[in-house]
Amino acid sequence: MKEHYIYPEFEVVRNENRCIKCRVCERQCANEVHRFDPDLGIMISDEAKCVNCQRCVSLCPTHALKIVKSDCRLRENANWSDETIKEIYKQANSGGVLLSSMGNPKPLPVYWDKILINASQVTNPPIDPLREPMETKVFLGKKPDKIRRNANGELITEIAPQLELSMPVMFSAMSYGSISYNAHASLARAATELGICYNTGEGGLHEDFYVYGPNTVVQVASGRFGVHKDYLEAAAAVEIKMGQGAKPGIGGHLPGAKIVGDVSRTRMIPEGSDAISPAPHHDIYSIEDLRQLVFSLKEATEYKKPVIVKVAAVHNIAAIASGIARSGADIIAIDGFRGGTGAAPTRIRDNVGIPIELALASVDQRLRDEGIRNNVSLVVGGSVRSAADVVKAVALGADAVYVATAALLALGCHLCRTCQSGKCNWGIATQDPELVKRLNPDMGSRRLVNLMDAWRHEIKELMGGMGINSIESLRGNRLMLRGVGLTEKELSILGISHAGE
Amino acid sequence: MKRVYVNEQWCLGCHLCEYNCAFANSGLSDMAKALRDKPIFPRIHVEDSGKIHYAVSCRHCTDPICVKSCIAGAISKVDGTVKIDREKCVGCLTCVLVCPYGAVAPGPSGAAQKCELCLENSCGAPACAAGCPNNAIVYEER
Repeated sequence: MKEHYIYPEFEVVRNENRCIKCRVCERQCANEVHRFDPDLGIMISDEAKCVNCQRCVSLCPTHALKIVKSDCRLRENANWSDETIKEIYKQANSGGVLLSSMGNPKPLPVYWDKILINASQVTNPPIDPLREPMETKVFLGKKPDKIRRNANGELITEIAPQLELSMPVMFSAMSYGSISYNAHASLARAATELGICYNTGEGGLHEDFYVYGPNTVVQVASGRFGVHKDYLEAAAAVEIKMGQGAKPGIGGHLPGAKIVGDVSRTRMIPEGSDAISPAPHHDIYSIEDLRQLVFSLKEATEYKKPVIVKVAAVHNIAAIASGIARSGADIIAIDGFRGGTGAAPTRIRDNVGIPIELALASVDQRLRDEGIRNNVSLVVGGSVRSAADVVKAVALGADAVYVATAALLALGCHLCRTCQSGKCNWGIATQDPELVKRLNPDMGSRRLVNLMDAWRHEIKELMGGMGINSIESLRGNRLMLRGVGLTEKELSILGISHAGE
Repeated sequence: MKRVYVNEQWCLGCHLCEYNCAFANSGLSDMAKALRDKPIFPRIHVEDSGKIHYAVSCRHCTDPICVKSCIAGAISKVDGTVKIDREKCVGCLTCVLVCPYGAVAPGPSGAAQKCELCLENSCGAPACAAGCPNNAIVYEER
């Protein structure tokens, strides 16, 4: 059956006056868009293959290239958008579920952008972070409710295990398999230099990265890939992954073609076998079951490491978090609906889950109301894009945030959102050795460290403006936030006043 | 002395170094004007063989065989950098023959040319290293 022709989404525009036919674009495009025609002596483009990853644009030495959105559109229709119709054509051609990558790109509300931060004027002095000490260090884990003393009246100072971070940011879970060896190496090295943590995701921990263990969070997901005693012992904390913001309610599927060599060894599954993470953990159907896994992991690590439970932000998140806080977990990680992924069904990514801002505010409030906020630390992720988002998250009640998309952008990702193809021209979401080598971890880790250093400076500036010199004093300090253009209901869920109030 | 080194592990075989080199030594300020529709004569060459890529340029040997072999006395070592005097070169290409790295090649005028670390042109430091997208080419002390 002949497929419906779909006009390419992008056009390659080449300035012939600048092009020197060096063929760098041709050599660097894994999608094989560019080609030199020796008979005509010109470069030719096959635009149907272009994903707009901008690799050629970035590397063209004379800046002769640009990629533009094609203006060949179907007849305008406010109900049937061009994209919607073409998705129908694709499904009619293939009969398949549509796949997408990275976070939800739909124009749904971004509450971070509707929240404004306070600053001190006249009645309380702002603090200059360049002149005065400013604390951004946080400890994640269960905090004592009250002061306890032993029989002799001395203070009992032992507390539950804590995860120490130099700033309230961690790199969130991305598995070895979904991202490359060099991407993992960059994250691991940067986390170590920064004094924060990165997260293995569910793909296990490559043997080369055990040395970064003190700055590693290892994940135990529904597929249990790569989980063994040394893996748990190597880490600073263990995370149970119940869900992911980009695809709540479904599992994962790394195709057998990507399970080769080190990926197969690290995941502890045979080469060429599909790595299927089931949607549920087959041993968890209740909070009591979750409690069993939490304590199994604590037992395995001799109660020395905090256990994180990661869930996607969904409708009843406050009640779910309340249950997790009673399960013995030390940290709850909540992933909002704009969180990224290496591959997810488009319909799930774009339609399932709720904004992290609302989830965070309601969870923090619920745990406080129930008097169990100290049982756990809260970590939120799902498109934390800047230092301002970090400050707003902390003021809404988070102990720390997870960032992944921002970290990938620092590594060179241009958000073309075709990770699922495995042909990442930036050497990130690929296992092709020729592409993986494009990401030199010396450069990658440096850029990550630069990004986080910049954020740390900005966090201090924002805190200083509010007259706050410690991130601990900002946590849950919602008086420092005001909403703009939000309804009464939204303001009441966020627990903040409207600007001007 | 700082030299140009190549880390084969990170060389992508993009050949950008060749174009940056040719541009740096063109004396022009616009790359398109310097290189468009012309044969280029870079002083660094990327050797490709299947999936292996490696950029080769002058090693500035401690005891350079090219200097010894030059029948015109055009090649000399000044402050650690091996240089070719284009005016003296007679184009016999003995240096091309003897260089164990294949780092010398005839230039557009027929005279031999090789990497002189961009110390004489407007770059001031090797353009190949500055423009390498993956830090495969580095200019450093070792």
